[in-house]
Amino acid sequence: MTAVQLGLPTRLVDITVDGETVRVPEGSTILDACTAEGKSIPTLCYGDTLTPVNACRVCMVEVEGSRTLVPSCSRKVESGMVIRTDSERATHSRKLVLELLGSSVDLSTTPKIAGWIAEYGAKPERFGEPAQPASEGELDARRAGHHHSTDGSFAATMHQPPKIDNDLYVRDLGKCILCYKCVDACGTQWQNSFAIAVAGRGFDARISTEFSVPLTDSACVYCGNCVEVCPTGALTPKLEHDLRAEGRLDESKQTQTTTICSYCGVGCSLTLHVQDNQIFKVTSPHDSSVTHGNLCIKGRFGFQHVQNFAPNDQAKSPAD
Amino acid sequence: MKRKRTEPYTRLTQPMVRDGGQLRPASWEEALDRAAEGFRRNVGAHGPDAFGMLSCARATNEMNYVAQKFARVVIGTNNVDSCNRTCHAPSVAGLAAAFDSGGGTSSYEEVENTDVIVMWGSNAREAHPIFFQHVLKGVHNGAKLFVVDPRRTVSAAWGDRWLPLRVGTDIPLASAVAREIIHSGLANRAFIEKATERYEAFAAAVEPWTLEAAEKETGVPVDLIRELAHAYATADRAQLVWTLGITEHHVGTENVMALINLALLTGHVGRYGSGLSPMRGQNNVQGGGDMGAIPNRLPGFQDIKSADVRQKFEQAWGVSIRPEYGLTLTQMCEAMDNGQLKTIYAIGENPMQSEPDTIHMFKRLSNLDHFVVQDIFLTKTAQLADVVLPAAASWCETDGTFVNSERRVQRVRKAIEPPQGARDDIDIMCEIARRLDRDWNYQSSEQVWDEVRSLAPVLAGISYPRLEELGGIQWPCYTEDTLEPPYLHSRLWEDDPDKRGRLAPFQVTPHRPPADELSADFPIRLTTGRRLDSYNTGVQSGGFASPLRYSECIDVSPEDAVELGVEEEELVRISSRRASIVAPIRIDTGLRAGLAFMSYHDPDLVDTNALTIEATCPIAGTAEYKATAICVEKLTLDERAEHQAAFDVGIVLTANAR
Repeated sequence: MTAVQLGLPTRLVDITVDGETVRVPEGSTILDACTAEGKSIPTLCYGDTLTPVNACRVCMVEVEGSRTLVPSCSRKVESGMVIRTDSERATHSRKLVLELLGSSVDLSTTPKIAGWIAEYGAKPERFGEPAQPASEGELDARRAGHHHSTDGSFAATMHQPPKIDNDLYVRDLGKCILCYKCVDACGTQWQNSFAIAVAGRGFDARISTEFSVPLTDSACVYCGNCVEVCPTGALTPKLEHDLRAEGRLDESKQTQTTTICSYCGVGCSLTLHVQDNQIFKVTSPHDSSVTHGNLCIKGRFGFQHVQNFAPNDQAKSPAD
Repeated sequence: MKRKRTEPYTRLTQPMVRDGGQLRPASWEEALDRAAEGFRRNVGAHGPDAFGMLSCARATNEMNYVAQKFARVVIGTNNVDSCNRTCHAPSVAGLAAAFDSGGGTSSYEEVENTDVIVMWGSNAREAHPIFFQHVLKGVHNGAKLFVVDPRRTVSAAWGDRWLPLRVGTDIPLASAVAREIIHSGLANRAFIEKATERYEAFAAAVEPWTLEAAEKETGVPVDLIRELAHAYATADRAQLVWTLGITEHHVGTENVMALINLALLTGHVGRYGSGLSPMRGQNNVQGGGDMGAIPNRLPGFQDIKSADVRQKFEQAWGVSIRPEYGLTLTQMCEAMDNGQLKTIYAIGENPMQSEPDTIHMFKRLSNLDHFVVQDIFLTKTAQLADVVLPAAASWCETDGTFVNSERRVQRVRKAIEPPQGARDDIDIMCEIARRLDRDWNYQSSEQVWDEVRSLAPVLAGISYPRLEELGGIQWPCYTEDTLEPPYLHSRLWEDDPDKRGRLAPFQVTPHRPPADELSADFPIRLTTGRRLDSYNTGVQSGGFASPLRYSECIDVSPEDAVELGVEEEELVRISSRRASIVAPIRIDTGLRAGLAFMSYHDPDLVDTNALTIEATCPIAGTAEYKATAICVEKLTLDERAEHQAAFDVGIVLTANAR
């Protein structure tokens, strides 16, 4: 007997991608099909462990016969579909999305974004100088109707001070693109804690705890599964945030090693992100059958005990 | 409740030896010589059974294999055990009695694809959070969730039904469920006849447990018991999940057997989606047992009493292996009391704080002639040692493997260097072995693992390269080109009796109420367990700043708080027949009158296990942590002021023996 569940046989369908006919499994998304063909389509709100939410619109492609562009991350392929990933309409759309995001949100910690901005010739600065950052709590206090259009002399932004209300992770909502992945990870798709949701409307929409209370007064259980899926660094482990703030984060000195958690007997895979022999972040492989990328507070944040040294014993850390 | 910050334990970076009653820093050479000399002296004078090895359920399989080999080969005793004894030994004993294998029968994925999930004595939402995500997938897929627990836990809050039984009445409840299934004609007669034995005796034994009799004993309403019985018996697939609410009783093994009986009665075992899942408490407590770091089994869960098995190991190891079982941790405690056990080598274990009846344990460990502790911290246990050896943290500073609760062997990888002065567990053991005339050298963890595979057929197919390729492999796995199904015991469904193998026996499980009886002096039932952000004796989890953590406390029901005239955060005296401690009150609406709850994560401040009783399960040796009779008393104003001051600065309060 075999342990591999084969499932029902999958049919293959023929589609055309940028003029080439390819054969892909029925039920794949356009993104899956294009990725398998070696095409690179930018994504932000897409998550390999989450149901597509179609929020960010950077993965739009043109499908022949479709009035509008379609989100490649959620649209399933159909036999005979003719797809263009690099048509002028698709690339123009992507460029505009990147400009709108870039003009209003701090994308400095979003992986790959600088490359896409260059590739599509996006110019976020054409909307004018960014507005001054909001003061702490100002944006959280906005109610429907509080927001007024600007006079066009500067670009409205989400810029605001990061929220540092606990020792485990930081919420820097000036970097948030409202992709909803954190909300989905906290909700029915994984954690089922429902500590965060989207509050507000239009440009005032933001990810918030209930009544904008600090995390420490919210339903948050600090599993950090929101941090795991955040695509922009709006949610960052505190140690990583501190290293970055001190200018000490140095990718060339980092390693990632996957091991197993040292707490309960569930056996979650942990990927330890290490710099200077110090663990500063823990993630989990999204393809792990045990975790699917999710952890609990102990797995994600409970590593500090191995690097606590007596005050007169710091020299014993191999880091120094 | 106030948020709590405690001073974390810091890493050990220098060996220590005891001189003139005091621990002092020492060189590695001196400490290793001293450790070896003490073992040699005691074994020479009193024989090999004066030695006991406490192996580490937190460390790798490779380390556990070498530790049990150290006991059996270097010393010549089967006295090797670990904290598996304090948690799931009854699960292993119960499952082995029924199916000849001590592992859980199902995989996590199956709980997502089942129809009925029964969580019995398990608060997985807090204690096994990622497993509970699989449960919630099942719930969202339409499975009906029954939670059997004295407390309305956060897991129970997700249940379709919550069965609030009295502590220690699991057998009456399971018996009534069984009787209802039988009387309603819902027993799986075909499976019973084909795959089981002793059904008649079992059916006769549960006959007195009518729904009404069970309600009277357990406190669970008749309708709820009936509903559970019918839902479980009529489900196409059903999963029974349990944790320490079942095992940490003086009838722990019988509790496990009572649950296994339900699976046998309905045929909910040996099929995809139907099975029995004990959720293991420590990262590698499954692996420790699989490696033979238990007194009755050799690596690969092979019975030490089998001559064929012994012969294989004797050939491989070049020594003769004693044919009798060694002492369990529980029996080692007795042997310390009566002076037969003189020396202990404890690796990564903290029995001083993890075992019941702390004060008694302190006396025992203090009386040892030679006590060697190998750990990453100077725990309360290490503070009593004659030699302290600083170890590397297994999960991130060494290479090896762990086994999880679904029998999945997974790779542990070295991500950081251990601190200067700390050494790998296996290296340290080899150093001591060499001082005791065994020329041991292991070059790599893979070398150890390949030795394990050559001796343990159920692990033979699980090589390091294959783990690298597949990410994790469930045992049994007999050859390098096969994988077995994710669930165990499909053989029970075979038509051919030869393939079916040994029939699974029903077990008669009489009801024996908790050993620590409630009385007018001790009217409240205390049960214990984990909280989400903390872990066991807290030496690890105390190392990070959890925003959820509050001071160790006693949870009581709102009714009891009124009755006692106490408020949230008020310090009270909690007494059992063994000791008396002070802790703040936390009011929990999930508790009913007469039931209290404490965790044990900050024993340096509140020593919960000073209260617990050392009444142990006679089969598996696990103590009844879950059922202590206590009284809670209001403090006088002066007492409150005195203790409050101590609490505010986090001073260590010692328990007063009664």
